[in-house]
Amino acid sequence: MSHWSEATQERARQIISRYPEKRSAVMPLLYLAMAEEGFLSDEGMEEVADWCDITPAQVLSVASFYTMYKRERVGRYLISCCTSISCMLLGGDDVLHAVEDESGVPHGETDAEGDISVEHVECIGACGGAPAVQVNYELIEGVTPGKGRELVKWLRNARPEMVNTDEMQQLFGAKRSFDWAIPEKDGAIGPYPAFQPLGTVGSEAEA
Amino acid sequence: MTTLLITKRMSEHPADSHTIERYEATGGYTQAKRALGLTRDELVEEVKASGLLGRGGAAFSAGLKWSFLAPARPAYLIINADESEPGTFKDRQLLERDPHQMVEGIIITAVANEVHHAFIYVRGEYPKPARRVQQAIDEAYARGYLGNGIFGSDYDLELTVHLGGGAYICGEETALINSLEGLRGEPRLKPPYFPAAKGLYMMPTIVNNVETVSNLAHILAMGANQYSGLTDSADTGTFMMSLSGHVNKPGNYELPHGITWRDLIYDVGGGIREGKNLKTWIPGGASAPWFIPEHHIDLEITKDATAAAGSMLGSGAVIVMDEDTCMVRAAERIVRFFSHESCGQCTPCREGTTWMEMILRRIENGEGRTVDLDLLVDVSDGISVDLAWPPKMTTICPLGPSAVSPIIALRDYFRDEVQEHVTRGGCWLPGAVKSGGATPQTPQTPQTLRSLQTESAGTDGRSSEEVTPDLHRAGGDK
Repeated sequence: MSHWSEATQERARQIISRYPEKRSAVMPLLYLAMAEEGFLSDEGMEEVADWCDITPAQVLSVASFYTMYKRERVGRYLISCCTSISCMLLGGDDVLHAVEDESGVPHGETDAEGDISVEHVECIGACGGAPAVQVNYELIEGVTPGKGRELVKWLRNARPEMVNTDEMQQLFGAKRSFDWAIPEKDGAIGPYPAFQPLGTVGSEAEA
Repeated sequence: MTTLLITKRMSEHPADSHTIERYEATGGYTQAKRALGLTRDELVEEVKASGLLGRGGAAFSAGLKWSFLAPARPAYLIINADESEPGTFKDRQLLERDPHQMVEGIIITAVANEVHHAFIYVRGEYPKPARRVQQAIDEAYARGYLGNGIFGSDYDLELTVHLGGGAYICGEETALINSLEGLRGEPRLKPPYFPAAKGLYMMPTIVNNVETVSNLAHILAMGANQYSGLTDSADTGTFMMSLSGHVNKPGNYELPHGITWRDLIYDVGGGIREGKNLKTWIPGGASAPWFIPEHHIDLEITKDATAAAGSMLGSGAVIVMDEDTCMVRAAERIVRFFSHESCGQCTPCREGTTWMEMILRRIENGEGRTVDLDLLVDVSDGISVDLAWPPKMTTICPLGPSAVSPIIALRDYFRDEVQEHVTRGGCWLPGAVKSGGATPQTPQTPQTLRSLQTESAGTDGRSSEEVTPDLHRAGGDK
């Protein structure tokens, strides 16, 4: 008996149909579980185990391998500051410390209100626009320590329903790795990547 | 002369290069259609003759890789879009700005290798590129270019986007395959040596990089001869380079093979910021041994010339460091990456990278010992015998030996700077920390193994008791 909403169950069925073997759907289903609860609970992993016909221990072995499956509650906004080599060379550490200081949240932790989590991360592929920061995996390039502080204040005051990469880049970013050119409408509504495999147009239309 | 191939459309039509309308208006999908009328042998031979090398890092002949495909069926195709090598951001641009070019390359590769189900493994931190790719795939399905009977033929092809979970090691092709099977992303023991023999679900599998397949429509359109004649260099075609660090004009550049490093850094990259001097650069992503101006600035940028000088072009990521950069800090940051991303299967890598990171940090923080550089070399030797290039492996995959590259640079080029850290009691260089803002904190010098381990995967600047205990979760539970 699934604890998931009917819409999520339908999405789970569609995702599984995109793979030759059920077990291959474990990673996308783990993101579905996170989207249901905001983090990956034990119950979420048990549910994924049922869908994929594997044991909860096997699901945990996968979930624990990857950094993006958060098995403890994280804030509504997960701020990830890159401090890998290219960002470090251009002051990424300073941005991290400014974000930690402004938010009062050290790396790997969440504020008491459950609003903001902060982490430093390894390379997020924005080296030409270093230093880079992501909020719920939506990217901002060319961030300064001062803009990092403004970002924290903005998230706390404006409390955007969805974080949009273009909007944040406009407000808090500067130099980009390349011309983004095409405006992005979508964004993230929680501390997990805003992407669910949709199957195909065909299967969507049939659904 | 620079011929733009894979970045041409996005350069000329920035506003809509990602749409199927623009793609088709600029000749798109004609080569995929044509491929359906060619035999496997014709396609494999054409790609072999083009000289196209894999652009993911290993620079292996794409056509040769295809020719290894074992006869068992079903066969699978996986596009490696798990771009995570520090310094690399070229695939992100190709995915966001010209996804159909990749999809057409996927169709050509699938047809050449009798594949009916292909996957694109996009790194988890790239949700926007993944959305763009999914949109392109949906458009292609809607027009009958994917799905049942593509382009009105009797050929079926399904294409699935799979999002990673934040693990660099999944860029290693057997780890990627495990990950796609729903397992931990740990590299597989070899043999079998090639996924082309036994890959996804132990069936024959081709794993190609985004940039590699993005070239295919161009190769078919102009023919292998013209493609391989684009440069005078031994390496054919163009090459995406991601330029970052202390250059005036960082970014992705599609370049002909055979220009020199001087051309790249001073002409293409606009030279070093604030007119400073070049100290060192990494020629092919964090895994590559470093180059210095005294020895390497006039070398040609080709696979063989770079290999002969003891490094590699790898993923095409060039990280430039100016004279103010602290070599210990830069080495620490790269070793930290590999320590964090080690999957933990092999002891030399798991333990070695962790200890190297701790030793580098203590040198940087003024607790270094005069023997520390030799100790680093000794630990490195345990991971990559003799610190040879290419590495003599002690591990299942090349991740561990990659972590040794900065140590080779410290040993060969920057020994004095390391020793000065020891005698001066820490770092005196302005390096990365002069951009203002909060004063970078330095970790307390750990006194015990327990606190050392806590520091190693914890924050850059917090005392150990503030750090959550499950530190080795980072790249996986070690």
